[in-house]
Parts: sequence; structure tokens; C-alpha cells
Amino acid sequence: MELDRQKELNALRPDLLRFAHLQLRDSGAAEDAVQETMLAALVGNHRFENRSSYKTWLISILRNKIIDIIRSQSREVTASSLSDDETGDDLVDSLFDQRGHWQETARPGRWADPENSFEQQQFWQVFEACLDHLPERTARIFMMREFLGLDTDEICKEASISTSNCWVVLHRARMSLRTCLETKWFAGEEA
Amino acid sequence: MMSCKQATELMSQEQDRQLTFFERINLRIHVLICDACNNYRQQMSVLRDACKRFGSGGTP
Ligand SMILES: [Zn+2]
Repeated sequence: MELDRQKELNALRPDLLRFAHLQLRDSGAAEDAVQETMLAALVGNHRFENRSSYKTWLISILRNKIIDIIRSQSREVTASSLSDDETGDDLVDSLFDQRGHWQETARPGRWADPENSFEQQQFWQVFEACLDHLPERTARIFMMREFLGLDTDEICKEASISTSNCWVVLHRARMSLRTCLETKWFAGEEA
Repeated sequence: MMSCKQATELMSQEQDRQLTFFERINLRIHVLICDACNNYRQQMSVLRDACKRFGSGGTP
């Protein structure tokens, strides 16, 4: 039984590493987070109850490790303004006309049957590729919000930006992700 | 009448803060008559569901 668990843990290691790397964008830090997660999982194995899947349990440990790392790193970051890359004005300008209406070619369509997409591994590969596409700081802020579940007040503090800048970054991140998912996935799906 | 660009900003912010009464009314009117923004709102909710799944290890 123990051995099975360990096998399962090893098999999930690449998933954990990818998850950590997407958020930390630093191989060393991602490796540390996963290492600590695996250690905590082995030590606390008896605490795992079969209410959730093993992967879900591991990810919840990993999420806390990532939050710890982000909090310790943020002390080293000094306040800085956002780069053009991070405000993403180019993308927004290309989607809307001067009056702020959608360009004819950019109008969002209805995404058919997302539940069905969620069941497919290829969808998640596209999803990860789209995340990877975001500028580094934007990705971190977005993932703090959506994956780690931190509220905007804390994120602003960790990222040393104002609340309104935080909203701008999150908006651009969402705009960029949905544009990426629409072109790379949903436009090809049958409506 | 707000523009689509402004509407998308509010559709993002409604996930991070409580919109004011007037923002909510304006947005509701906008998505009622604008298909593109109505679809955008659906996409925002799919995106949030996807993130929830991904962030909790619920992917296949
Ligand atoms: Zn609109």
C-alpha cells in the first residue's frame, strides 16, 4: 500500500512541477516547492483521506508552499511601475475600434460545451500554453488570484502595485487568455 | 451607454470586487443588447471554472 502511494507520488511529480513552474517561473523555486510538497505528503500520508483524489490533495499542499515562497520573495521586490507588456494595451487596441466597440473580426463567440473540453487532455495543454504566453508578472498576479485564491488587496501588497493597477493587470490577463483559448481551441470546436 | 471596452473591464472587475449599483445596472443593460459582450461574459465564467479546476488538480 505504502509502495503504491510512493509510486503514485512519483508519477504525479511532473504535473506538480509544471504547476509550480507556471506560477513561480523559476526552476529552482519550483523544484523547492515540489520537493517540500513531496516530503510533506510522505510524512503526512496518514492524513490523506480518500474524500478527494490524491492529486487534488497534493496540489492543495503545493498551493500553500507556493504562497509561502511568493510571500518570502515579495519582500525583496521593490515597487515598480508596469511595463507596456503588462498593461497589454496593444492587445486591447487591436480588439476594439476607436469608439470602444468590438472590431468585426474580434467579436467573441459562444463557447460550446466547455464541460466536454474540460474532460480532454488536449484542452489543458492549450490552457497551459496560453498561460505560459502571459508576461511573467501578469501571469503571477493572475495565478495568485485564480489558483491560489488570494484577494486583490493581498496581491497588490505582494506585487507592490496599486489596487487599480491590479484590476488592470487581471483584466488584461483574462482578455489575453480568452483570446488565446478562443483562437487556439474553441474556434476549432464544433459550435 | 457604455462601450464594449468599458463593459469588458467591468466584467473582469466583477470577479474581484463588488460593483456599484449603477455599474451593475449599466452592465446588465449592455449585455442585454450586445451579443458579443454577452458571450464575453460566458467566456469569463468558463475561464473561472477552468482555473478552479486547474488550480485544484481536477484536470484529467
Ligand atoms: Zn458590447
